[in-house]
Amino acid sequence: MSFEALLFYAFGFLALFSALAMVCFVRHVVAGAMSLVVTMVSLAGIYVLLHAELVAVVQILVYAGAIVVLFLFVIMLLDLRDGGLGAPPRGQNLVKGVGVGGTVLIGAWLVASLSGVFAVEPLSAALPDGFGGHRAMGLALYGDKVLLVELSGLVLLAAIVGAVVLAMRGSE
Amino acid sequence: MSIPVEHVVVLSALLFLVGAVGALVRRNVIVILMCIELMLNAGNLALVAFNRVWSATAEGAALHDGQVFVMMVIAVAAAEVAVGLGILLALVRNRDSLNVDDVSLLRW
Repeated sequence: MSFEALLFYAFGFLALFSALAMVCFVRHVVAGAMSLVVTMVSLAGIYVLLHAELVAVVQILVYAGAIVVLFLFVIMLLDLRDGGLGAPPRGQNLVKGVGVGGTVLIGAWLVASLSGVFAVEPLSAALPDGFGGHRAMGLALYGDKVLLVELSGLVLLAAIVGAVVLAMRGSE
Repeated sequence: MSIPVEHVVVLSALLFLVGAVGALVRRNVIVILMCIELMLNAGNLALVAFNRVWSATAEGAALHDGQVFVMMVIAVAAAEVAVGLGILLALVRNRDSLNVDDVSLLRW
């Protein structure tokens, strides 16, 4: 097993384990946010292995930086003394979750094995020069897809306006 | 890279599954929002993996469509979390609760 493959499986298990910890084991929402950071950073490592360097950097900046910090700010605002999680999940919910999870898992496995949808080409060794780097990604983003960038700016503006309106209401 | 793309896609599917089950099982609004972030990330991982497989056109020009899509998903996720946390604060202000079972007005 090559070093790259070893890194991939290590990051993969770390991401999966911390995601499971966030859902199953955590007793305090701050600990949940911290395990979300671990998942995000592991995914950024996998992105680097997949030659998506710019996406990896943006992943760490936006997810581990901005989004989780936003979560932590809100958790601080709420002043949760009991960990904020209240009673453990009820049995009915657990049954629902395990049922849906098992059904999806079995269904996906059936579809994948029957249709051979995973019989794609192996990862080619040869990549175009500078694939996934800032220059190539900048040319792709601000070339013929510049309308997408402007539309996502519009989405973010609408979100800012919505968040401010939601936060202001009730305080006047 | 010596990893088959199937393994990356299976990892992405498992992460999505954990997020989906978490959003169904947990009753805490903050944890549900974090589970939604996890599901979006799992989708991003699949997009990056498939972009790695189809990384060039037949003429040899680089293709970054998947990674551009990931950027859009990240922008939408940031917008979603800003509005979601605003709704959460309004919920706490009005109901003094973080439990989604206390907010069942629109439930069938």
